[in-house]
Amino acid sequence: MSVKITVNGKPMEVEPGLTIEGLLTLLNVKREYTAVAVNREVTRKTDYGTVRLSEGDKVEIVRPMGGG
Amino acid sequence: MYDTSLVLGGKEFTSRLIVGTGKYASMETMREAHEAAGAEIITVAVRRVGLPSGESILDYIDTKRYTLLPNTAGCYTADEAIRTCYLAREAGLGDLVKLEVIGDQRTLFPDVMGLLEATSTLAREGFIVMPYTNDDPVMARKLQDAGAACVMPLGAPIGSGLGIRNPYNIKIILESVTVPVIVDAGVGTASDAAIAMELGCDGVLMNTAIAGAQDAVSMARAMKLAVEAGRLAYKAGRIGKKLYATASSPLEGLPDWTS
Repeated sequence: MSVKITVNGKPMEVEPGLTIEGLLTLLNVKREYTAVAVNREVTRKTDYGTVRLSEGDKVEIVRPMGGG
Repeated sequence: MYDTSLVLGGKEFTSRLIVGTGKYASMETMREAHEAAGAEIITVAVRRVGLPSGESILDYIDTKRYTLLPNTAGCYTADEAIRTCYLAREAGLGDLVKLEVIGDQRTLFPDVMGLLEATSTLAREGFIVMPYTNDDPVMARKLQDAGAACVMPLGAPIGSGLGIRNPYNIKIILESVTVPVIVDAGVGTASDAAIAMELGCDGVLMNTAIAGAQDAVSMARAMKLAVEAGRLAYKAGRIGKKLYATASSPLEGLPDWTS
């Protein structure tokens, strides 16, 4: 059984019970200057280890990019 | 000449030129342009990381030296802009935000209703809000009252390079608010930046004028000099404009050439 989620607009299947921390490690995303929102709510860095992803969750992982 | 600092939410800055990080030909050029501009504040956008994530723009910005100013470009509602600011803060980008709530895709003019709402909410939440607004003195005052740390009226549409299209409104905005006034958007070349500063603006924010120039690093230096020159000219107090000539040389003591 896997859990279907969306990460930055792309569908993904992950292990049940995967945390944000686990997802960031899986995707090899640097933590520095990165932020995460799940279903439109910003997740605090201190909660990365405890927030578990559920079926249908929409995850946004952002960081600074070039802009004006 | 002695000059005061640009103060934003209690933080003091010596440079009055704020620059961006978008549209540079290369990251190396961007880094050199930031140096040449003598900027202390640098705007960044907040976007999805690429998966897999490649190099970061912050590999080219010394975050100990520069203050990052995340923007909410691309947000069309107060809600989107507010959430973006929270994301930026959680990402560790600080409390200073360049607030944009866009109202129209073609002109990128601000939606001032959404802007006012977002300014009010974010200021309450402890953000140092720098709203990108239109050149409307009434709205500038409302943004100040809502807790904005400064107001940033556009000189002309974003990326247009048309310069300061309505200097008279900018002048009225300067008389209408006590917070710093920073012209954001529309600057095309050095004289545009100088004009903004000569009007009495506290700073200028630009991206495309530098990043899009054929030689971005030289344009960055030109902008630095223009902002400084405009500021000095403003502080020095220019002469009044007159329709007719006033002789610079004395009228007395002219030799008599009549025969």
